[in-house]
Amino acid sequence: MTWSWPDFLEYLVSPYMMRGAWTTVWLSVVSMVIGISLGFVAALMKMSHNRVVSGIAGFYIWLWRGTPLLVQLVIIYAGLPQLGIRLGVIESAILGLAVNEGAYFAEIMRSGITAVDKGQHDAARALGMTYRKMMQIVILPQATRVIVPPLGNQFLGMLKTSSLASVISMEELLRSAQQLAQIEFRVLEVYFVAAIYYLAMTTAWGFVQRRIESHYDRPFDGRDSAAAAAQRTVDPAATEVISR
Amino acid sequence: MTGQSSAPVRPLIRIQRVRKSFGDNLVLRDVSLNVAPGEVVVIAGRSGSGKSTLLRCINNLETIDAGSIYTGDELIGYRQLGGKLVPMREAEVARQRQELGMVFQQFNLFPHLSVLDNITAAPIHVRGEARSSAEAYGRELLSRVGLPEKAHAYPKQLSGGQQQRVAIARALAMRPRAMLFDEPTSALDPEMISEVLDVMIDLSRQGMTMIVVTHEMGFARAAADRVILMHQGEIVENAPPEEFFTAPKSEATKQFLSKILP
Ligand SMILES: Nc1ncnc2c1ncn2[C@@H]1O[C@H](COP(=O)(O)OP(=O)(O)O)[C@@H](O)[C@H]1O
Ligand SMILES: [Mg+2]
Repeated sequence: MTWSWPDFLEYLVSPYMMRGAWTTVWLSVVSMVIGISLGFVAALMKMSHNRVVSGIAGFYIWLWRGTPLLVQLVIIYAGLPQLGIRLGVIESAILGLAVNEGAYFAEIMRSGITAVDKGQHDAARALGMTYRKMMQIVILPQATRVIVPPLGNQFLGMLKTSSLASVISMEELLRSAQQLAQIEFRVLEVYFVAAIYYLAMTTAWGFVQRRIESHYDRPFDGRDSAAAAAQRTVDPAATEVISR
Repeated sequence: MTGQSSAPVRPLIRIQRVRKSFGDNLVLRDVSLNVAPGEVVVIAGRSGSGKSTLLRCINNLETIDAGSIYTGDELIGYRQLGGKLVPMREAEVARQRQELGMVFQQFNLFPHLSVLDNITAAPIHVRGEARSSAEAYGRELLSRVGLPEKAHAYPKQLSGGQQQRVAIARALAMRPRAMLFDEPTSALDPEMISEVLDVMIDLSRQGMTMIVVTHEMGFARAAADRVILMHQGEIVENAPPEEFFTAPKSEATKQFLSKILP
């Protein structure tokens, strides 16, 4: 059995593969959004002066970053029913990916917030801002600039990592490829197509990411982003997709 | 406040036996100080003598270990609860801080906001003032500090002296009862110092109560009602400028003056 172009082309336009790819996209987006929310709360908790509160956040981050996502997914989907907690495939996949993402994003968020100069806190406080106002008006808008590039990379990672959900039979792109491969044994062609789909998604995201980053990469001087973008010589986002 | 009568004026800021340490480092040793409405008090002293810490305690940016601080009749940072003093809630602390404006050595302008937005952020988002009136007052303040044309500039586009003048306008926008300055000209190139001091002298003439940590003794001579020397966490000299410069009592002040005056 050698390489078959007709099979390859058939898989390339297969609605089944496209559906899998679409699942990968929405699964990644939904997990990311929930993960960011979780990570945001965890980061603020971790920075709390209350030891219990920061301890809880620290435990969560430690536990989830210190264990493989694959193990987490299997525990959620196959292990929890033993305790009477039964989650469907989709719920398990989203929960696993989101809670895992939250642990990583919490650290990104925290480093973004701590990167803001201490004097900004003093100035905000001295003007009578509460913690909440200070965060809203002064700290988070500045932290965003530090957070956006790694956050973009996290989503890029998520598009690929979501393939792990195939082990709990989530019908995303990899699982679709696996199932096609089992029917016709055109393994190389099928997985090649899957790889191309992944590459298309990550490349497309690379373009989006570049635009977002150049928006946030502006110096704080009110000039438009085009001028700032033109100033930059090397664009790290452009090489990012290729290097992974 | 001009035309003070001989009747005792109620102090606007009352600092009573304030003690503060960072770990084992006792930084303020039972410091007491009264500042009358309209008074300008200059605080000098060696680096590390506790000047910044004292200012930060007045504004509750640092908590104190003992003693008490009042603005007007209000105890800073604590309230009575069943005969005991308990730390205030965050919202009350924030409200108290609105009464005092603060200007920092490093300006600490918000880099992501335009000059006008820097000035109006707190009036709008903290005090709930309407944008239109906050901006009108903001522009008025910008004129007062000599920068009417910089409303839409960003902090990074301004010189140090201009940034510090914006920082003063930003603090004034909350209509504080008193202003605290922590070495406002120490981070400036020499040629920009006077533009900031001029704004401060103006402010003192308009009757603003001010506590100014500075080594600009020219400013002390021109605007201060009293000059204070801090030494190792204590106030060792507290006198009108003439007396401070010509007849200092403490050894630390004499040493300080011999170094700072030609
Ligand atoms: N946040 C802090 N943590 C620990 N030590 C501090 C802190 N702030 C100030 N100090 C110490 O307190 C002392 C007085 O500092 P400071 O009030 O800044 O002096 P000054 O403003 O007169 O130079 C110094 O020994 C300094 O190291
Ligand atoms: Mg200091």
